[in-house]
Amino acid sequence: MRYKSYISGILRKLWAAVKDLIPIIVVVVFFQSVVIRQPFPQIGEVIFGILFVIVGLMLFVEGLEIGLFPVGETMAYALAKKGSLLWLMIFSFLLGFSTTIAEPALIAVAKEASIISSGAGLIENNQKTMDIYAMGLRLSVAFSVGLAIVIGVLRILKGWPLYYLIIGGYILVMLMTTIAPNEIIGLAYDAGGVTTSTITVPLVTALGVGLATVIKGRSPLLDGFGLIAFASLLPIIFVMAYGLLWF
Amino acid sequence: MAYYGFDKNRVFMVDFLTDFAFILFNTLRDVLPIILLIIFFQLVVLKQPIPHLKKMILGGIYVILGLALFLMGLEKALFPVGKIMATQLSDPAFIGLVEGEPLNWQSYYWIYIFAALIGFATTIAEPSLIAVALKVTEVSAGTISQKGLRITVALGVAFALALGTFRIVTGTSLFIYILAGYIIVIIQTIFAPKKIIAIAYDSGGVTTSTVTVPLVAALGIGLSSAVPGRNPAIDGFGLIAFASLFPIIAVLGYAQFMSLKIQLLKLKTEKDEI
Repeated sequence: MRYKSYISGILRKLWAAVKDLIPIIVVVVFFQSVVIRQPFPQIGEVIFGILFVIVGLMLFVEGLEIGLFPVGETMAYALAKKGSLLWLMIFSFLLGFSTTIAEPALIAVAKEASIISSGAGLIENNQKTMDIYAMGLRLSVAFSVGLAIVIGVLRILKGWPLYYLIIGGYILVMLMTTIAPNEIIGLAYDAGGVTTSTITVPLVTALGVGLATVIKGRSPLLDGFGLIAFASLLPIIFVMAYGLLWF
Repeated sequence: MAYYGFDKNRVFMVDFLTDFAFILFNTLRDVLPIILLIIFFQLVVLKQPIPHLKKMILGGIYVILGLALFLMGLEKALFPVGKIMATQLSDPAFIGLVEGEPLNWQSYYWIYIFAALIGFATTIAEPSLIAVALKVTEVSAGTISQKGLRITVALGVAFALALGTFRIVTGTSLFIYILAGYIIVIIQTIFAPKKIIAIAYDSGGVTTSTVTVPLVAALGIGLSSAVPGRNPAIDGFGLIAFASLFPIIAVLGYAQFMSLKIQLLKLKTEKDEI
């Protein structure tokens, strides 16, 4: 009896993962058969891959509930109980900084940016300058994400309204766009989107909601969210500032 | 022949396993800083045992293993097909572009449709969005549904990518679109129900991760190198920025629509009572 409910639980979770993937499968099959009208390349690998994606998604969602969310919440409770603002700030900064500095998407984007900038003659066209430029870009984005989590956590503690800060950020982005070099603008706007990885998002969300739950007078729904929003906005500002410093 | 078949399968499996080991190693490396950070804080700062430690470690293993399997499968199944389609659909031969004829943005309609559909489909499967949506449903005690939020965000990304590809084809300035988007968000923020604002802002940042970024980058670079007069270094960017901005507008818009509907219903029942 116990095994039966166990198996039906797994099947239900598998089905949820399958449902999440149906749109992708439909789109790919539609374009391949109706628009491009060419046989599927390596059909065996594709089917194998889809099975991997389904099992992987199911495991990930399961792990979220029993692993990542509890870790984020436990840290939030423990740090709030300790009552040391400094340690909470250090934890927040390191959480943002350390998860971003090694982010593969950011490494790829920084490298691309150094090639574009040297191609446009903005920085010297040698490997050393390009490497320094790319590393500096990564550091400034990682620093900005760390700072973003710190500001976001401070906001939850103090109960500042989120929209003042975000709208202020938008206005700053717009002002900086008018003076930033053209080559860096597209890159800066995109940098906001690539910083928050799949493992950082659940942790940071659980941290915010956890803090808003323990701190008196804060509502998890109104105050708990918003950390990701800062982590997407601040890198835009820092990448443009970085561009302004270099050129 | 039979022997050849066996050998081929074996090579296939070995390839799969080495690929998987490589991806698993990369995922572990990404998670390492977080693990170190948490261990450091537990041992040095908080100095107390973690409750339910065994369960959390199990959950961590699930997350790492699940993510590695997920990425591996995407690399085998979706990315090659998606990238081939992005280049094929923007191929001048497919579009029927004649050399020397002026560029017509309407000829690229299949690209806009593809961008919108693939944006919607990948967003529905995006693990970060699933995570935030689960948390939102839990915190709001079910008043904001997981499915509703994810579909709204996915619609926002679909519109964003269709508009983003249109911008690459026409070569208009990215700044104008972002400026307009920010102004819309600011106006919506003034009128939207307070409880949705933070969630809406967050949903912009979570749409573009594991699934969407590689495909969207391929689409942007493929399209900007295929369209005459576009430079992939300058015009290829911007799709990710759009995909982070329009979900905010979509979520705020949906919340406004729902609260208006509720108000109208209230007015109507009051009228009926009179």
